[in-house]
Amino acid sequence: MSVSKHTLLALQILVAVVALGIWHIGSSVPIFGVYFLPKFFFSTPWDVAARIVKLFSGTLIWKHLGITLTETLLAFVIGAGGGVLVGFWFARRPLVNAVFDPYVKMANALPRVVLAPIFMLWLGLGIWSKVALGVTLVFFIVFFNVYQGVKEVSQAVLSNARMLGMTEKQLFRHVYWPSALSWMFSSLHTSVGFALVGAVVGEYLGSAAGLGYMIHEAEGVFDTTGVFAGMVILAAFVLLVDAIVTAIEHRLLVWRPDAAGRNA
Amino acid sequence: MLPDIAISLEQIDIIYRARAQAVGGARDSGPARAGDYHAVSQATLAVHEGEFVSIVGPTGCGKSTLLNAAAGLLQPANGDVSIFGKPLEGLNAQAGYLFQQDALMPWKTALENVAIGLEVAGIDTATAREKAEHWLAQVGLKGFGARYPHQLSGGQRKRVGLAQVLIRNPAILLMDEPFGPLDAQTRQIMGNLLLSLWAQERKAVLFVTHDLEEAIALSDRVVIMSSGPGATIIGDYTIDLARPRDAMDVRLDPGFHAIHKAIWDQLRGEVMKAYQEVEA
Ligand SMILES: Nc1ncnc2c1ncn2[C@@H]1O[C@H](COP(=O)(O)OP(=O)(O)OP(=O)(O)O)[C@@H](O)[C@H]1O
Ligand SMILES: [Mg+2]
Repeated sequence: MSVSKHTLLALQILVAVVALGIWHIGSSVPIFGVYFLPKFFFSTPWDVAARIVKLFSGTLIWKHLGITLTETLLAFVIGAGGGVLVGFWFARRPLVNAVFDPYVKMANALPRVVLAPIFMLWLGLGIWSKVALGVTLVFFIVFFNVYQGVKEVSQAVLSNARMLGMTEKQLFRHVYWPSALSWMFSSLHTSVGFALVGAVVGEYLGSAAGLGYMIHEAEGVFDTTGVFAGMVILAAFVLLVDAIVTAIEHRLLVWRPDAAGRNA
Repeated sequence: MLPDIAISLEQIDIIYRARAQAVGGARDSGPARAGDYHAVSQATLAVHEGEFVSIVGPTGCGKSTLLNAAAGLLQPANGDVSIFGKPLEGLNAQAGYLFQQDALMPWKTALENVAIGLEVAGIDTATAREKAEHWLAQVGLKGFGARYPHQLSGGQRKRVGLAQVLIRNPAILLMDEPFGPLDAQTRQIMGNLLLSLWAQERKAVLFVTHDLEEAIALSDRVVIMSSGPGATIIGDYTIDLARPRDAMDVRLDPGFHAIHKAIWDQLRGEVMKAYQEVEA
């Protein structure tokens, strides 16, 4: 079944309108004398919208967004860099991989949230404890993908490159690296998403700035409107970051058969 | 005086090991163990400088295996491989190898794939690309340089692969069913192209095909491999049809039919044997 782009968009908007409608009626129109979605717990769409407008007319929100973005980027860059290096190292040195394998699995199985207090202890309440949390999430995703990318290079492509006279260094540059990169980029959405999760969760658990802190602060005083406004801003932020990632991906993976039709 | 021997395979045995060798394992020698597959046994073959030799044989007999041994990608368990009189150690740097499988780098365009062989040899990018354009045109792919492998048909990819190998001007050409996915007409055009390129610079060619007519039309000699396991060379036919040849017209030559019949009589037996093994 296929529908035109416009119909699809119309349907998507309809879902939002219905959801907002239910929220509005539930919170503002008494039915048989009761509110199904009491304001205290659910706020109202109008209040939330008004709060967002108010937030963005101030300057504080930009500071929070800036902090969260910085933490996300740092977590991504450090985690991805480490993942690439270690992924390559393990893939090219089977012995190293064999020795560390159980420990890598163990570390990856650990729920990362339990590390947050420890990072705060070590690194303080500033941005670095949040970055560290994000790094532990991003690192493993990138690591596993790069490892896979190096391992899964087609034997024929590799033999061919060798027969064309490539040295180990050239193989790295023309074969292993592009292959690993393509695997890494296929997980880019997930890893950037996790960098953001690390930042926000870290802020939520203890800090003095960022979107996670903003939401936590509103929660502390039962300011439901503030919590919802924070969540909406966070969601919009995620969508924006995701759109940027998609654009980068399309540019870098033009050679991939599925790259063009990915979002179709 | 006979020209020098470019490729010499002497009594080689190739065994695919069931258990992978340990990390950084020793030379792959010793007797076959349970589960190992003894693909090639006691195969002897020589290709002289400037000679065009084809291998035909039933599917799965070990033709690609033999080429891999000549390329230095596989070490024989027994026997010797020599290239221009010297024992082969490591990869065969004198050979260009057109693989049976898709072996282009999917992340490089057709042009980049062709140019890479020169670039890694230290030739500057501009010159390498210019030469690559020339070779793409030679294989009939002018204007396809910007395409990525997945945007090309199977036959076009094979032709890019051919250009990729030829641009390096190797002294030895190893070709594994290079025209496999091409249609009959293009096959003959490519066959003629290969013949004319080969006539200019007489390279030693070891050519694998499942098409006996093609083998006869192109080659100086056609060798037959028996069905595996333990495949070996069981027939060696000199094709003394006049050159230069046209890959198409030569098939009408009366001499062609006599040779074809002689080879096919022997080959048929092997193909049947391989087939019965599959059935059993
Ligand atoms: N890596 C491997 N491990 C074990 N057995 C292998 C391996 N590669 C090939 N073989 C076996 O060795 C035999 C020869 O394989 P090879 O690829 O050389 O055949 P071929 O003559 O090129 O066949 P085709 O005409 O179908 O390409 C086959 O029976 C195959 O199953
Ligand atoms: Mg083969």
